[in-house]
Amino acid sequence: MKLFPIRGGIHPDYRKELTSEKPIVALPLPRLLYLPVQQHMGAPANITVQPGDQVKKGQVLAKGQGAVSAPIHAPTSGRIAEIANITAPHPSGLPQNTIILEPDGKDEWGDLPEPLADPFAATPQQIKDRVAGAGIVGMGGAAFPSAVKLGLGGSHKLEILLLNGAECEPYLTCDDRVMREYADQVVDGARIMAHALGTPRIVIAIERNKPQSLELIKKAAAAFANIDVADVPVQYPMGAERHLTQAVTGRETPARKLTADIGVVVHNVATARAVHQAVRFGRPLISRIVTVSGNAVREPKNIEVPLGTKVAELIDFCGGLAETPRRIISGGPMMGQPLPDLDVPVVKGTSGILALTAGEVNERPVQPCIRCGSCVSICPCGLVPVEMAAVIRHENMDAAVAWGVMDCVSCGSCSYICPSHIPLAQYFNYAKGRLNEQDRERRKRDLVKRLVEERAARLEKAAKAKREAAAARAAAQAAQAATAEANRVNP
Amino acid sequence: MLLAVGSLTVMGAALGTVLGVAARFFAVEGNPLEAEILSLLPGSQCGQCGFVGCGQAAAALARGDAKVTLCPPGGKAVAEKLAKKVGVRVDLSEAEDRGPMVAYINEDLCIGCLRCMQECSTDAIVGAPKQMHTVVSEVCHACAKCFKICPTEAVEMRPIAVTISSWHWQKPGALQAPPQVH
Repeated sequence: MKLFPIRGGIHPDYRKELTSEKPIVALPLPRLLYLPVQQHMGAPANITVQPGDQVKKGQVLAKGQGAVSAPIHAPTSGRIAEIANITAPHPSGLPQNTIILEPDGKDEWGDLPEPLADPFAATPQQIKDRVAGAGIVGMGGAAFPSAVKLGLGGSHKLEILLLNGAECEPYLTCDDRVMREYADQVVDGARIMAHALGTPRIVIAIERNKPQSLELIKKAAAAFANIDVADVPVQYPMGAERHLTQAVTGRETPARKLTADIGVVVHNVATARAVHQAVRFGRPLISRIVTVSGNAVREPKNIEVPLGTKVAELIDFCGGLAETPRRIISGGPMMGQPLPDLDVPVVKGTSGILALTAGEVNERPVQPCIRCGSCVSICPCGLVPVEMAAVIRHENMDAAVAWGVMDCVSCGSCSYICPSHIPLAQYFNYAKGRLNEQDRERRKRDLVKRLVEERAARLEKAAKAKREAAAARAAAQAAQAATAEANRVNP
Repeated sequence: MLLAVGSLTVMGAALGTVLGVAARFFAVEGNPLEAEILSLLPGSQCGQCGFVGCGQAAAALARGDAKVTLCPPGGKAVAEKLAKKVGVRVDLSEAEDRGPMVAYINEDLCIGCLRCMQECSTDAIVGAPKQMHTVVSEVCHACAKCFKICPTEAVEMRPIAVTISSWHWQKPGALQAPPQVH
């Protein structure tokens, strides 16, 4: 099919060969599972179990709350050992409320919702509810609740469900393995999602460096006339939602709009597989495929991991560390987040665990900008990183917004290409964080103002009522006195 | 010569009329800077600046009669914004930035006297006579009036802890510490 060029981008050393030929292996059940209540974007889930409760595999442990949220299920049967604050798999290293499950080894399934016999006869709402109930979130890394995205069909006119199998991050091969080993499930999941969204067309986009995936998905999709398989060029960040949409449709998503506004909804291939399992078998999202890679790992692998497994157990399963890593990263090396240590759990959005050596990280001292313009020519969003970083360095956030910092997708291409090793993407992440903080402060200030005004109005009203009551009482007393006087004068 | 005097007189009269009319019709009521300053202040009328409320403080700032560091609940952040708005330079490096704070009532010490509740301008304190009180931290803006009035020193001003949802990346500086691997 016809493809369109995308702007900028880089061609890093992909290093996928470390794990691309390693079939998915299942991890034996760990001794304890740690399930944070927030493994997704939006509101944290609300815990519905108590320490000491016996739970079955697939049972709900925490319910989603609010419009954007997702429930959490037991990855295996066992006992709730504790609910405690445990270090989250997050660069801050801050603690998060976590359910600790002690597996009993029986791995017994609980009551699952009935499979939908014919998903294509079900209403979109039924499929959406099933996906929401299964706790499925975007598995490419962003972990946005998938049911919310499946509901976009109601509010937008959609043409294409774009299944993202680009996997443009170096090292990661989990999506590649899913497509190779579960091609039929991915295609079935995609058809179910397209039915829920009401999109007539499905495009499955895969980068050309995954020829086996392309071939197997093409074979699995051959029976369906509405599915196209696109072999997109190898170019980072091809797998970014907006860029993949542009590569496939030629349409650019306007700033601060969704791809749905131009008729495209993007889902990850692993999400499609999770939807297949939830709809066809009623199974919730309780495990995921994780690529464990990097030169500091003895035997890199693709592993099917029960959610809540500590990263240290994954590393042990891969033969341990060959040397002390310089960085441990959750996700890919370009957009992933550094982990504070190995003592954090795998969550729904963990696509990879990379233990990188000092040689791979290639840290260099920051040097002054030489204004070479490399960052400008490679920025896939058409921004000017050099100018944005300069104004952010001087805390001039208004100017940063004017230069378009909120349109930056934090792909890190500029940091990668910079010959002076300036951490440009970190400047932009810092600016976005500061701007969000300012926004929260502004909202709080508005709230405080409103409350003060309401209180003043209430006090004023109460004072007025008091004055009126006093006046009425005085009038009544005067009237009484007058009557008494009249009675005294004229008995 | 008469021609010159006459034409200048006519021009003077005409332009004077235009200016007079413009002054009347395009007159700005109040100082627009005052409204802009007011929007930067917390608006809780706590009175700690020495003025009756934020409006009076904004007016004084707009006239140049008050310092930009006048607002204790606003702290360093508001002082910086005010300095930028009124166009003065202020050295805040000395000012200690306590960051955002919130009031907290030590329930063991609270005697339920209601004084803090009546003092609170945002209704952030809930309680009843002879029952312990508590602070709804989402609406507390740390004016510290309750802290000053409490007869048993049960109120503490605590910094708001950073959570995962409020955390963000720091500005690039020193290289990051390597992960802790045991």
